[in-house]
Amino acid sequence: MKTRLTVSRTWRVPMTLAFTSACGLVTGLLFDGPGDAVSWLVLAVPVVVAVGFAIRVVPTK
Amino acid sequence: MLTRSAIKRWYLVHKWTSLVCTVFMLLLCLTGLPLIFADEIDRALGFTLSPSPLPETAGRANLDDIIAAARQRRPGDAVQFIVADPDEPDIWFVRMAKTVAADEPSAFYAFDARTGGYLYEYPLDQGVMSVVLRLHVDLFAGLPGMLLLGFMGLLLVASLVSGVVLYGPFMRKLAFGTVRHHQSPRLKWLDLHNLFGIATLAWFLVVGVTGVINTLAVPIFSQWQSGQLAEMLEPYRDRQPLQQTAALQKMLLAAYAVAPELSLSFIAFPGNHFAGPHHFVAFLQGGSPLTARLLKPVLIDAQTGLAVASVELPLYVKALLLSKPLHFGDYGGLPLKLIWALLDMLSIAVLGSGLYLWLKKRNIPFEVRLGIAPDEKSTKRLDSA
Repeated sequence: MKTRLTVSRTWRVPMTLAFTSACGLVTGLLFDGPGDAVSWLVLAVPVVVAVGFAIRVVPTK
Repeated sequence: MLTRSAIKRWYLVHKWTSLVCTVFMLLLCLTGLPLIFADEIDRALGFTLSPSPLPETAGRANLDDIIAAARQRRPGDAVQFIVADPDEPDIWFVRMAKTVAADEPSAFYAFDARTGGYLYEYPLDQGVMSVVLRLHVDLFAGLPGMLLLGFMGLLLVASLVSGVVLYGPFMRKLAFGTVRHHQSPRLKWLDLHNLFGIATLAWFLVVGVTGVINTLAVPIFSQWQSGQLAEMLEPYRDRQPLQQTAALQKMLLAAYAVAPELSLSFIAFPGNHFAGPHHFVAFLQGGSPLTARLLKPVLIDAQTGLAVASVELPLYVKALLLSKPLHFGDYGGLPLKLIWALLDMLSIAVLGSGLYLWLKKRNIPFEVRLGIAPDEKSTKRLDSA
């Protein structure tokens, strides 16, 4: 049986993603130019993470 | 810390809120996808175009001439609004309708703001995109349709919140991003549902909540009209009906003089719901993506052409105005729109996989799904901090 993860282990990545997404949504709204670029980079993170993990090849045991 | 019965309750909340709203949300995500690129599609179809470049020294045309030209095109109709677009600073748009207070426009003209020349007429209620828009906004059912979609949006928010609560117990033995490709398809799709759902959570929540606020646009504006706007117009209630109006160009300059750092977003004509019987209202906007949304209304006496009052919009109207960009994703250029589209597609995957899981696992006991034996005694507390 697999061991349980600690609560902080379970939530570390989701919390980081949620926080950075929120920052990306707001910076784009507050600042033009560089703010836009920051929002593109930051909001692309959840997309990359979701797709990256979904297509990641896991070796069969 | 969640007890098993608490998890089960949250699970029921997640299941039922999702089941009710999923079909609507799928429709909204699918129709929303092309709507993200509505401007680009309009341009590609030739519905809009940019005026030809002129030297920087080119002046500005007189607004009264443009209004006269618009009226000449539709002598029976009334001008409702003059509208500016920050992305097209050399265009004035003129919205006309059967009457000045009509809900539906009859024409939307574009004029060159430098020469005053007529550019094009934006086609109203034509083509696939207008069908897509109506499906997305009100299901062709007017205000009741909008409010229904707003309620579905509230269910989505409940579904997202309960989904987050369930993420903990479902993931308590799995590292982030685990996708069990080599076991049953149900487990694989459960993992993808959890992964896509948690990754897009903040975005989906923001787009959901701002979507709900947008469905309240009609009641919000009518509250403003019967509240702040009515108060501004109160001193002029007993005036004689408006006979002649001053020059519009004079009013525009009067509005600019009130707040020189702002530019015009739109002017509402007397008799319109956004103006008074004897007054124009010029709505000014700032230059940054944020301040461009937060409009400042300036009340202009139609007879004298002078600005008589200007106010700050109340918070509930500001919330509506700010919820628009956060819902549309139109404040960061094409790259932001592309990211919006990708996040929208991931949300479609969350909805679709959720539906698939419900269809697949209806016969499987909840405890098995959660990975705990039904008769396990010591699992009163599944998650301990």
